[in-house]
Amino acid sequence: MATTSKIPLKDGMEGFVSDWASDQRAFKGVPWGKAMMWIFLLSDTFIFSCFLIAYMTARWSTVEPWPNTSEVFSLTVNGVSVPLLLIAIMTFILITSSGTMAMAVRSGYQKKRKQAGALLFLTAILGLSFVGMQAFEWSKLIAEGIRPWENPFGARQFGSVFFMVTGFHGIHVSFGVLFLFITARKVLRGDYDTGRRGFFTWQKGRYEIIETLGLYWHFVDLVWVFIFAFFYLW
Amino acid sequence: MAQEGQEHPISTYLWVWILLFVLSACSYAVDYVGFQGFTRWSLVILFMFLKAYFICAVFMHMVWERMALVLALFIPTFAIIVFVGIMGFESDYTQLGRKVFFDTGKPATVYAVPHSEVHKESHSEKGDH
Repeated sequence: MATTSKIPLKDGMEGFVSDWASDQRAFKGVPWGKAMMWIFLLSDTFIFSCFLIAYMTARWSTVEPWPNTSEVFSLTVNGVSVPLLLIAIMTFILITSSGTMAMAVRSGYQKKRKQAGALLFLTAILGLSFVGMQAFEWSKLIAEGIRPWENPFGARQFGSVFFMVTGFHGIHVSFGVLFLFITARKVLRGDYDTGRRGFFTWQKGRYEIIETLGLYWHFVDLVWVFIFAFFYLW
Repeated sequence: MAQEGQEHPISTYLWVWILLFVLSACSYAVDYVGFQGFTRWSLVILFMFLKAYFICAVFMHMVWERMALVLALFIPTFAIIVFVGIMGFESDYTQLGRKVFFDTGKPATVYAVPHSEVHKESHSEKGDH
């Protein structure tokens, strides 16, 4: 539709504002909140890429041998040392939580209030257990003498990369868990059916919000896939 | 207004879920079996990209989105590959510099060592490079 000729274009700062505020839409068939979440996730992709590239640079440029992650992250079960056991469990938990999240989105669109709420709650609990295991892993490694500036296993850059990358990911998971609990409560209370306004934005929520939150949660899982491959398995 | 929701059969999600489990188990097996060198990193990368693809495509509904959104998100990520290339080149060069000017053949060389650490004994536990 050619409707642009109806309104005269403004110049200067006024024009800048009216141009950016004009009613145009690039991402059709997508609620704006979801499109904005995608844009945020793209920028977050670049942040995590920078961390992983920094890790690559540190690892390739050091002249000291890199610690063997298979041994550093092993757990001893019944006297047998199993490599990367905790990391593997964490990976499976995060994938499982992604699965429950995907099903929560589906239940939400079907307006199955209780099912969607329960699945969101389950996702949050799984996320919480992931953060708990990460806290356990951190305290175990700190007790073994790994610090951001040195460690007993090899190249000293190992500690700083480990704490920075897994810490930043862990913060992402923690915030995801927080929003999962908030959204689960809202869904179970029926906010998206009654059009109850949110406590912070004062906007009426809709079941689409579960999909937007789901995108964030799957992204956290996605980042873990790359951290698992590059940091733990490489 | 166009349909804005994403609704897909539950079996699709369950199949992808199982697939992600299998792929994770495969990448864990790479470490458990103890593959090294080319076999190791090619398998790790293969399983990583397969997992990333299925999470993006199905869980994040990318295969059902319009091309405008898919390309807006997919094309910028190629800048990352360029960045990896630049920093890979840079780190090679840095390591060469360190080897030439700092490597005395002993572990824990002199660069960036806190003063309190200088007189400590260097740690003996070393893996292969």
